[in-house]
Amino acid sequence: MGAGGGAVNIDKDLVAAMATPLVLAILAEDASYGYAILKRVRELSEGELEWTDGMLYPLLHRLERLGYIRAEWGASPEGRRRKYYEATNAGRAQLAEQRRQWVTATRALGGLWDLALPAAGPGAAVARGAGASA
Amino acid sequence: MSMPASESQIVEWRAAVLASPAVDEADADELEAHLREQITDLEAAGLSNDEAFLIAVRRLGQVDRVTAEFAREHSDRLWKQLTLVRPEVEGPHPILTMLGFAALAAVLTQAAWLAANPMSGGGGWYIRDLSLLVLTPLAAYFAVLRRMPVPRVLMLAVVVVVLALAVNLFPFAPGSSTSILVAIHLPVALWCVVGVAYVGGDVPSSSKRMDFIRFTGEWAIYYAMIALGGGVLLGLTMLVLTPIVPAAVGGVSQWMLTLGAAGAVVVAAWLVEAKKSVIENIAPVLTLIFTPLFAAMLVVSSVAYLIAGVGHDFNRDLLTVFDLLLLVVLSLVVYSISARESTRSGRAMDGIRLVAVVAALLLDALVLASMFVRVGEFGFTPNRVAALGLNIILLVNLAVAAWLIVRQLGGRIPGMRLERWQTGYLPVFAVWVMLMVLALPPVFRFE
Repeated sequence: MGAGGGAVNIDKDLVAAMATPLVLAILAEDASYGYAILKRVRELSEGELEWTDGMLYPLLHRLERLGYIRAEWGASPEGRRRKYYEATNAGRAQLAEQRRQWVTATRALGGLWDLALPAAGPGAAVARGAGASA
Repeated sequence: MSMPASESQIVEWRAAVLASPAVDEADADELEAHLREQITDLEAAGLSNDEAFLIAVRRLGQVDRVTAEFAREHSDRLWKQLTLVRPEVEGPHPILTMLGFAALAAVLTQAAWLAANPMSGGGGWYIRDLSLLVLTPLAAYFAVLRRMPVPRVLMLAVVVVVLALAVNLFPFAPGSSTSILVAIHLPVALWCVVGVAYVGGDVPSSSKRMDFIRFTGEWAIYYAMIALGGGVLLGLTMLVLTPIVPAAVGGVSQWMLTLGAAGAVVVAAWLVEAKKSVIENIAPVLTLIFTPLFAAMLVVSSVAYLIAGVGHDFNRDLLTVFDLLLLVVLSLVVYSISARESTRSGRAMDGIRLVAVVAALLLDALVLASMFVRVGEFGFTPNRVAALGLNIILLVNLAVAAWLIVRQLGGRIPGMRLERWQTGYLPVFAVWVMLMVLALPPVFRFE
């Protein structure tokens, strides 16, 4: 998953790692389609998570192939053809698994931030940690 | 809704996206819908139509990078549509390589014919060794084409030499059934060797095994088409020559037939590789046509067998017939998976496939049951071991396949599981045919 530049933006590799749980979480809420999924991502991340929009679709197709989501063609309110996606049970299970991993990862890192960067608050540490690696 | 000013730009952009073979029409629709919605939103925010188009396109990302990502996910589409990526820039011309190996196969076969002289009764070995003469050059062709590392080539060579020595040094009794079984199984064993060369030695890769399955189907179809064309050529040649040199016709047609049939083995392989770009795969299309027909035939036969019972006129050859039937059903299953747009394949078709598989299993179970009774009566013979073994191998494969199709229809597992099962099962067939060629004759004392 590609990411745009910018000082506060999250590192490219991190965005790539977050892409699957993000999309799965959004689709576990409710069925949705590409453009709306991206809008929701921007909303959730308050614009700090920049995607190259086109990269979302190969990801969706991969998740579909893996059986985590299913797709169906429908129509937009204006009558245009639109492909809707929704999480399957396997997708929800995968999301739970991803959550477990992320919780473990943040917990492991959380203990380190305070040791390595004692002056900063936890929130600032995360942002700076990601920014400093660039 | 966007204004006409950006309309032509959208058309151009769509064409640029579709230029990649990894992106199909449906993907382009999806991306275009995204682009249009973004343009509409940006216009609503006060941008001009042109500005909105530019920003929307920029947000979607550079076309080549996005399509490269599609290619990563949909590499199977490349198999269907892309010309073969040829890493060999220097080196001999690909057509010359192909012609070289085709000529090798043809010359070896013709030389063997002349040495064996089967027309005057000699050389039962000619039929048995035929597959060695044509499939070894084919395997070598792929080893060269794929630039297989030397140690792996040597390993394959050892396998071929062992097979060749075994089938020619075994002291078969004249007209023995083990020698016929070897003649039947040797081509399949060698086809496994071709498969290893085809995947360039990367045997563990499930997707490459699937590619080889696709290759096998397409190769058979190409070979049949070349054979048809060759038949026309041969027939016309004989008709043209008969009035002037009637004495030479027999010899000329024998040379043409042997050289053509042997050379075509390599030529067909080259065509499959080279023409991936030109045609849709044919095997999945044939599968689509024949699956419902076979399903109907199998259901009717099962009912008939259930009513009539297998008991009366049971013939040992019947098991061989059922081996063939199961093989066909397995092909229908395998080549339906090899159709690439698997995510879109209809559930109705999966249902029909399931009916075909279950009916075949039922039929086979009936025949097997009576076969087991007979084996108890008459003991084991080479033919019975071969037919029964293959039958059980196919039965296990199809039973699991049926179970996977059921779960797939229930939406509980992705279609990929069935593909994994089939590609994972290939070694079972390989081991079985190797046993048939190398172990069965000694066990039955070459009877």
